[in-house]
Amino acid sequence: MMEILETLGIGLIDALLWVLMLGVGLLPDALAEPFSYSFMQRALLTAILVGAICGLLSCFVVLKRWSLLGDAISHAVLPGVAIAYLLGWPFFIGAFIAGALTSVGIGALERHTRLKADAAMGLMFTAAFALGVVIIGKIATNTHLMHILFGNVLGVQYPALLLTLFAGLLALLAVWAFYRPLLLYTFDPMQAQALGFNTGLIHYGLILLLTLTIVASLETVGIILVVAMLITPGATAHLLTERLTTMMMLSVAVGVTASVVGLYLSFRLDVASGGAIVLVAAALFLITLLLAPRHGLLARWWRARRLRAPSPAAG
Amino acid sequence: MRKPDVVLRLTPKPMAVEVKRLSAAYDGQPVLEDVDIALPAGKWTAIIGPNGAGKSTLFRILLGVMKPLRGEVTVHGEDPARQRRLGHIAYMAQQEAVEWDFPISVQDTVLTGRFGHMRTDPWWRRLLPPRWAESRHWDVVHRCLEAVNMRDFASRPIGALSGGQKKRVLLARALAQEARLLLLDEPLAGVDAASERLILDLLARQRAAGRTVVMVTHDMDSARRYADQVLLINRTIVGMGAPDNMLVDEMLACTAVAGWRPVARRDPPLEAFP
Repeated sequence: MMEILETLGIGLIDALLWVLMLGVGLLPDALAEPFSYSFMQRALLTAILVGAICGLLSCFVVLKRWSLLGDAISHAVLPGVAIAYLLGWPFFIGAFIAGALTSVGIGALERHTRLKADAAMGLMFTAAFALGVVIIGKIATNTHLMHILFGNVLGVQYPALLLTLFAGLLALLAVWAFYRPLLLYTFDPMQAQALGFNTGLIHYGLILLLTLTIVASLETVGIILVVAMLITPGATAHLLTERLTTMMMLSVAVGVTASVVGLYLSFRLDVASGGAIVLVAAALFLITLLLAPRHGLLARWWRARRLRAPSPAAG
Repeated sequence: MRKPDVVLRLTPKPMAVEVKRLSAAYDGQPVLEDVDIALPAGKWTAIIGPNGAGKSTLFRILLGVMKPLRGEVTVHGEDPARQRRLGHIAYMAQQEAVEWDFPISVQDTVLTGRFGHMRTDPWWRRLLPPRWAESRHWDVVHRCLEAVNMRDFASRPIGALSGGQKKRVLLARALAQEARLLLLDEPLAGVDAASERLILDLLARQRAAGRTVVMVTHDMDSARRYADQVLLINRTIVGMGAPDNMLVDEMLACTAVAGWRPVARRDPPLEAFP
């Protein structure tokens, strides 16, 4: 059964790679050249998938003010991954349990002590992260740890690519099927409660999706930088539109662009792929911050200038 | 083992809200102590009390956001959770509780008031974007926007509205739910005179249509003119009765003193609607 699924998955990935290469074939040779290597083709597909999932989820992270929580969960995933590795479980299971435990722990600390949310999060995730570093130091080499922390998209193999594809499809389906509860919970949790939605379920469902996204991005940008991909695309899109669906599409576009351009630059300049991808995303944000039509700095400066200037009628 | 929440009643018209021996606390600090309330259906109740008197806590308990320490709460004779799922409880939040930066238009905000009723739509409908929701939902949305005089602003982003307009959008969202019980948290705070009149007239029409209106307010004047009964609250019930009996200096002075225990005066309960 598992073998059939695996064969199916590999077939699907090969098909996607083939379609992708058709697209790359249209590019000028200088741009297309790196993608003649099969490891670069796999890296490209992974980068596109990760950029898209992170872009989609980052809308919720930004609007729900969960940036710090995203950071906390991504760090807390480390011991989960390590313990899952020890027990021979799939990474994802361990990661999700660790992510969920951390978010429950943060909530409990917040409710039952004088600590505020930021201290509770900082405390929980650094402790979990330290546990992860210690366990991984015992069971694996330093290069392995570095790959989990900072990603190594150029070395992506089929199993990891399959996991990313699966996580991406699941996230997309979940956001599609539960769009209205997610929208309502993000916008106004009290209203969601008044309408009889199970806000606890939505809350942990969203955390599950976040964990899924983080695990899927492990190989590309790594644990430390994934939070950048969970904030920057959404933040960029938030400056550009007043509609959630448009924001999601823009955010996915920013995530995919950053991933693809970052991957290309990392190959050309021989720099770390995770760092390159995040820097491209940050550059896209910076450009948007300057030039966005309504919320951009230039537009605001222009409006303020026009307000200050005496109107000609008033003389 | 769970205690049955639903108390079978033989009376044909249960109270809209019934609260018995209710106590609630934040971090061990009591906010409500031994509160008994019975709000008849189809009436307009104004809840008045100083800040921190537990007015919003009462709403939070009805909405299930907060669990009481002790006591029984029923809405229309049933478990509030079930009534919420049936869409019978609508809530208008305070303006500060809403994220006005959220990328959403005025009409889409009002449409979220229909999300509970959309559960009965066919499953494939629910997979379409809200824009293609059934026309019965959009009819209600347009009617509610018309009622609060915000039709012209339907496609504006909510962040671009003025204070009074924001209040009216929140009210339209609550009305779009077509619920039997309307809970309004300070619907008149910070609105201009025109918006205030519009909101009060609209609520009067809701009451005339048989809906129960419960509003927390600091505005004695509107409470005196519009409400059927006034509930004075300061951690416990200070008084409950007709506005003319409650909104007198002596009663208000009792309400203002925190922790004032005994019930000063309580009119016999109003007859249930009509």
